[in-house]
Amino acid sequence: MTTRVIDWLDERMGLLVVWNTIFDRKVPKVNWWYTLGSASLFLAIMQAVTGIFLTIYYIPTPEEAYSSVEYIMSDVAFGWLIRGMHHWGATLMVAIVFLHLLRVFYYGAYKYPREVTWVTGVFLFLVTMGLGFTGYLLPWNQRAYWATAVGSSIVGTVPVVGDFLLRVLRGGDDLTILTLSRFFGVHIWFLPGMLFILIGIHLYLVVRNGISNMPKSDE
Amino acid sequence: MTKKSDYMISRRGFVGGIVGLIGAIMSTVIGLPVVGYVVSPALKKGGREEWLTLAPASAAEPGVPTPFTFSRMKEVGWRRVRINRTVYAITNDGENVTVFSDACTHLSCKVHWDAERNAFVCPCHNGVFDKEGNVVSGPPPRPLDRFEAKIENDQLMILVEG
Repeated sequence: MTTRVIDWLDERMGLLVVWNTIFDRKVPKVNWWYTLGSASLFLAIMQAVTGIFLTIYYIPTPEEAYSSVEYIMSDVAFGWLIRGMHHWGATLMVAIVFLHLLRVFYYGAYKYPREVTWVTGVFLFLVTMGLGFTGYLLPWNQRAYWATAVGSSIVGTVPVVGDFLLRVLRGGDDLTILTLSRFFGVHIWFLPGMLFILIGIHLYLVVRNGISNMPKSDE
Repeated sequence: MTKKSDYMISRRGFVGGIVGLIGAIMSTVIGLPVVGYVVSPALKKGGREEWLTLAPASAAEPGVPTPFTFSRMKEVGWRRVRINRTVYAITNDGENVTVFSDACTHLSCKVHWDAERNAFVCPCHNGVFDKEGNVVSGPPPRPLDRFEAKIENDQLMILVEG
């Protein structure tokens, strides 16, 4: 039965060849450090799903942000679970993506023909950091506010254009409704959009070039 | 010696099944709470009934539906908000009173009393109700809803909930 349904669909969609290309490709004998990329992808998807559900209750204004997060945590059924997953998933994602980067670096897996995979990967790391930075402000509690005050002030130390960049980042001189609003927009639209486009390119290259062997001692 | 074909299930089939099973368990553990998360506010009911004093009953012109407005505080999410409502009261003797909700029974737009046409008129789809709240014309499926109401010491009171 299942086979017939799959055959019927494949005759019309031809997706089996895509499936087989992705999941039936040959891989060298490697170790568990090679699973960090898949773990990063899993976390990215989990963050997207839990994040989408959080927007059902969260409101990005100084008046409502803190209260709406409190509401999610204490009044909404399983709100603590959805927010908790997003909160801890964020920390975990930064850690896992960074470990993935370290593994590729120490195994020399960024070399020919995988330079472009490495470059997109570095941008993925930067986007992940950006998501972490912008998401940190959204609960609009004391920690969020002052962390962003400090973090955005660092941008202000850039020579010559620092002051301008600071104002662009904050949407003005101070942390206001404009800051929260743009951080929210960047957090849920700009960066996730870039993230999943980059993931698409990154995965295409991983499938196309195959994954690298573990380095041998005589190399 | 066992041959590959002697196994009940291939290595690949086994691994695929385990991955599918773990995936299904994870989807269920996450998926069910997510349903509760989304429907959560829909499950909260106000349910609190109370008698509300609207105005002196003499404010209602005898035999003519008269609008009375009142407002109540209501818990909505993390806020207490003021909900303003209008009801129409009609009394002939100053003792017995009928109080209509101004929500059209069709799709809940607000009806208003049109003195010229001697009818409640809904602006959305031309629902028309008579003085007793019965449907005269238009799409409403049933008469206007009524509040439980009474007049005590010349005070007009209605029972509201939620």
